[in-house]
Amino acid sequence: MNNRVINKRLDGLFKALGILTTVFGLSVLLVLFIDVFLDGASRLSLDFFTSFPSRKPEAAGILSAWVGTIWIMAVTGCIALPLGIGSGIYLEEYAPKNRLTALIEISIANLAGVPSVIFGLLGLGLFVRWFNLDRSVLAGGLTLAILVLPVIILSTREALRAIPFSIREASYAVGATKWQTVYCQVLPAALGNIMTGVILAMSRAVGETAPLITIGALTYIAFLPQAPVAFSGEFPFIHLSLQGLFDPFTALPIQIFNWVSRPQKGFSVNASAGIIVLLGITLAMNSVAIILRYRQRKKTRW
Amino acid sequence: MNNTAFSIKQMRAFYGAKEVIKGVDISIMPNTVTALIGPSGCGKSTFIRSLNRINDLIPSFRISGDIMYRQKDIYDKETDVVELRRRVGMVFQKPNPFPKSIYENIAYGLRIHGLNIKDTIDEIVESSLKKAALWDEVKDNLKQNALTLSGGQQQRLCIARTLATQPEVILFDEPCSALDPISTAKIEELIHHLKQNYTIVIVTHNMQQAARVSDYSGFFLLGELIEVGRTHEIFTAPKDKRTEEYITGRFG
Repeated sequence: MNNRVINKRLDGLFKALGILTTVFGLSVLLVLFIDVFLDGASRLSLDFFTSFPSRKPEAAGILSAWVGTIWIMAVTGCIALPLGIGSGIYLEEYAPKNRLTALIEISIANLAGVPSVIFGLLGLGLFVRWFNLDRSVLAGGLTLAILVLPVIILSTREALRAIPFSIREASYAVGATKWQTVYCQVLPAALGNIMTGVILAMSRAVGETAPLITIGALTYIAFLPQAPVAFSGEFPFIHLSLQGLFDPFTALPIQIFNWVSRPQKGFSVNASAGIIVLLGITLAMNSVAIILRYRQRKKTRW
Repeated sequence: MNNTAFSIKQMRAFYGAKEVIKGVDISIMPNTVTALIGPSGCGKSTFIRSLNRINDLIPSFRISGDIMYRQKDIYDKETDVVELRRRVGMVFQKPNPFPKSIYENIAYGLRIHGLNIKDTIDEIVESSLKKAALWDEVKDNLKQNALTLSGGQQQRLCIARTLATQPEVILFDEPCSALDPISTAKIEELIHHLKQNYTIVIVTHNMQQAARVSDYSGFFLLGELIEVGRTHEIFTAPKDKRTEEYITGRFG
């Protein structure tokens, strides 16, 4: 056998190996999907979404869980987005390139890799105890915000760095200030990629269980946080309130965790149904991210 | 010599510790085209990018000497860099339109300087595109993304964008190096027209181009300005042997 034949066989072998590994990963995922779906699909009904948890598995639902998840995500987004994108812009566009900046950069990259349960401990110590926020929506949202912050900063910087330097030069050359250049040219051009990163970070946060359990989020909640907007017959008819931020909460992953740990068969069915909902949310968020990225790529080619 | 646009004495420029311009003296006259020629890495791009302080964006860049524009030191602490860059416009080597519509590309420069009247912006967009000889090709598609234009059209759009803010000087940093001969010819013709109203400095690798478009030429070599003078003299009777060798193609 000469060299050429050997190389050709090696080539084929590697291709086969590649296909095999890909198929393995995908099939595991598929089996998981099918298994969860077979277990839980029967439980998915309107009632499931509109019922509070209950001692009886067939009466239990995820109302407080999905409402809690939306509350938490809203708080997380409101805090992590401006902080994360702002820091990303500062570090990439404004910060002088010196040792201190480099140190900050390394710290942020490391923070992005810290296990989420540790952020939970931070949340417990800082928000729940020290700030005395108790096990509230605000404490949970702040904790998850801190968790996703490094990821958002990193992806913002990545997105800004992808914008060619020539665009900045072009802007400065017509007499723009730094802020005009960033705000009118660099940021809009990078927005698609920034949003992609933000959504992916948020979709990771949706499924986070450990930090919420660490801060002591409740598992059995038979009421909702007070709605931020309420309507009534009395003047001024629309009532705004942020009281909900300080109410206790539960969230989808916690509810699922709780049900999985129950011995009764009915609860494991509920858990599967909850997982389907959670997977649905995550997949929906990821699809939005993919669509955004696709549209951005189509719009700009440098 | 008070009627010069730029008057430069003993300009030295560094990237980190590396000296790339080693004491250059030159005066640039208003309403003329000055071409800067020389082999790659001779400092001519650095020179031209110092005239609107766009090189300030490079962290390791340092400069010394007197760089006077209209009798004012542009590297003085008091200098308003934003205002300087409005008065001294620049067209870059690679066309760099913003990833926005043709209209927005030109309107941007006006808006950031506080112009918000739509009719006036419309007028300036049209007149700038006409001056840049692009109007007829794009007038029906002003909302189209500028990145869909051809390279030559993009470069003319960049020229239009520069003209819109009514600068006094336009710096061209090898504006045709990424373009085909037809686009190059259009841009050269444009430069020829623009000379009546603007002071133009152009860096080029193409010596025929320098000979065609410029009134004055300067020859850079290894960070020094070897020779500067009227273009036809530089090209027909260079005083320095190195200039002669370069323009006759013996090195570079």
